[in-house]
Amino acid sequence: MTTATIKAPPGVSPARGAGRARRRAAGWLILPAAALLLVFFVYPIATIVWQSFTDPAPGLGNYVALLHDGISVTVIVRTLVTALIVAGSTLIVAYPYAYAMTKVGPRARGVMTVLVLLPFWTSLMARNFAWYMLERRDGLIDRMLGLIGLDGVVLLGTVAGVTVAMVQVMLPFMVLPLYSAMKQIDPRLLDAATSLGAPRRRAFAKVYLPLSVPGMLSGFSLVFIMTLGFYITPALLGSPQQSLVPQVIGQKVSALLDFGGAGALGAVLLMITLLVLFVVSRFTRPFTALSGTVGNE
Amino acid sequence: MSPSPSDGSHGIRISRVSKVYPGTARPAVDDVSLDIAPGEFMTLLGPSGSGKTTMLSMLAGFVGVSAGSIEIDGRDVSRLKPHRRNLGVVFQQYALFPHMSVAKNVAFPLQQRRMPKADIETKVAEALKLVHLEPYADRLPTQLSGGQQQRVALARAVVYQPRALLMDEPLGALDRRLRDQLQREIARMHRELGMTFIFVTHDQHEALTLSDRIAVFNEGRIEQVGTPADLYERPETLFVAQFLGESTCFRGTVDRQAGVLRCERFSVRVPEAPETGSGVVIVRPERLELCADETEVPESHNRVAATVTDVVYVGTHHQVGLRFADGTTGMAMRLVGPPLPAAPGDDVTVAWDPAHQAVVADPAGAAVSVPEVRSATPVLP
Repeated sequence: MTTATIKAPPGVSPARGAGRARRRAAGWLILPAAALLLVFFVYPIATIVWQSFTDPAPGLGNYVALLHDGISVTVIVRTLVTALIVAGSTLIVAYPYAYAMTKVGPRARGVMTVLVLLPFWTSLMARNFAWYMLERRDGLIDRMLGLIGLDGVVLLGTVAGVTVAMVQVMLPFMVLPLYSAMKQIDPRLLDAATSLGAPRRRAFAKVYLPLSVPGMLSGFSLVFIMTLGFYITPALLGSPQQSLVPQVIGQKVSALLDFGGAGALGAVLLMITLLVLFVVSRFTRPFTALSGTVGNE
Repeated sequence: MSPSPSDGSHGIRISRVSKVYPGTARPAVDDVSLDIAPGEFMTLLGPSGSGKTTMLSMLAGFVGVSAGSIEIDGRDVSRLKPHRRNLGVVFQQYALFPHMSVAKNVAFPLQQRRMPKADIETKVAEALKLVHLEPYADRLPTQLSGGQQQRVALARAVVYQPRALLMDEPLGALDRRLRDQLQREIARMHRELGMTFIFVTHDQHEALTLSDRIAVFNEGRIEQVGTPADLYERPETLFVAQFLGESTCFRGTVDRQAGVLRCERFSVRVPEAPETGSGVVIVRPERLELCADETEVPESHNRVAATVTDVVYVGTHHQVGLRFADGTTGMAMRLVGPPLPAAPGDDVTVAWDPAHQAVVADPAGAAVSVPEVRSATPVLP
């Protein structure tokens, strides 16, 4: 903590000096969290990356193997495409919902917020098994679609089935940043635009939509990154032929004991994540990409 | 500007408009009719919740009318969408598009009208010149002060020559000094553009200094429409008298035959008493004379004994607080300069010319607006 070493320069008024001292004291408050992260996050990641270069032999062997094993590149691309589809679908579903949240009265908004947060209070396992029951052959979805003449729609084991479940799990992470961005948009701007001659729809496209871009970016990047590392849902609802990166990593670790290879794949995933965050932060103010989740009431 | 109402083919005609929001018992706007002449500066004045902003929103088309009609230049626009009404609107919180530069904000309405690019540039430059903001064309709204932002909003709302400019408390968010400055700017724009301005405010000073005519709103209805001088000097209701400016109000019973208003301890001459029943005589502070010697007062003047309660120096004048025999409190105003004839605690005679008073019905008294109802209370001698 560099703030801890800064001394108040002479001539600074006592009040400001006191404020700084208080801030310095506050700096110590994050020490436990920092220590925890260091031991249980930074150290393991460093180990994994280190192993990817050293296990079984020093060098770039693990990374070269990823390029040539004929499956890793396909899986990475499939994972990226899936994450894009999930983030995009979540955005499409969440946008009208978040917009409605800014329009309704305080009581209805409370109900809508609870509905969004409900999944958070339910075990992820329970939700995945619920989707399993819905998506399996003779499950609810299959039978419902059978009623309207679409027989044999089994989502279980398909990319579509995994996507639907992931969209549902990811919805809160999109709705909340979107809502916190949208509630800062002055609703009078739409009135102003229509009074100036823009039909309602064009007013929305020209004024509201651009102003909600920061919310869309932070929600999109959050969901995209989380989907990249999603393990349980694809493992349970997808098929081994359609595995995503986290499943392959799991397999390498638990079945093949290929720690170096798993580390390399993990490092690639980490790089992609950092790259996405970097690109998004170029378009928004620093740190807003992820801060949307904290910014809800 | 002629305050005469339009013939209906030009200007804005509001006919028996009401607005009832769902789930509310009392209408926000209750059977309001108002004619606004082309080029007129009309102010809708009233306390918050009086319906003036709702009225403006109905004119702009942001909310629909529950009953009645709004005509602009002879055409019924009550069911027209806001973007088809060709009106300019200025909001209290500016409502500038934060992601567009000043020039882009002002160009927005022209782009909606598919104006050629070269013309847009000329028009935007002209409009920014009108509000003295040419050097700020490329700034973002957030880089401007509140007063500058509101000037951009004004430029944006007049650049396409709308049929009228509607302003909803446009000076409400500004501090005092900026407010005075922008007020002069709005008056100048009205002179230069010759456009119909409809201005909503709760500030009586803004209303008095800017308007050709003022419509005073109270509880969803118009209490009185008139020039600032009409409203100040000849208020028709107690509400108008008390909302606009200071006044001393004598409550009593009108005796039409004797031509007096009988108060508890004294009576006041009312040569033009409109009705019989409970009434209030209203006198503005600058019309009240304070006399130590009663013989100086002309015979025709009203005179009432009072005690001076306090004297407040406010720069240009003194405010002299008064208490009359029946407990009524009032206020007189004396220009600074001539010596004050009285100090706190002194008994004085307060006199005024009945021509400068107004007599209105007392809303707290009996139903005076119905002439058959005679006063039931015994008149004190």
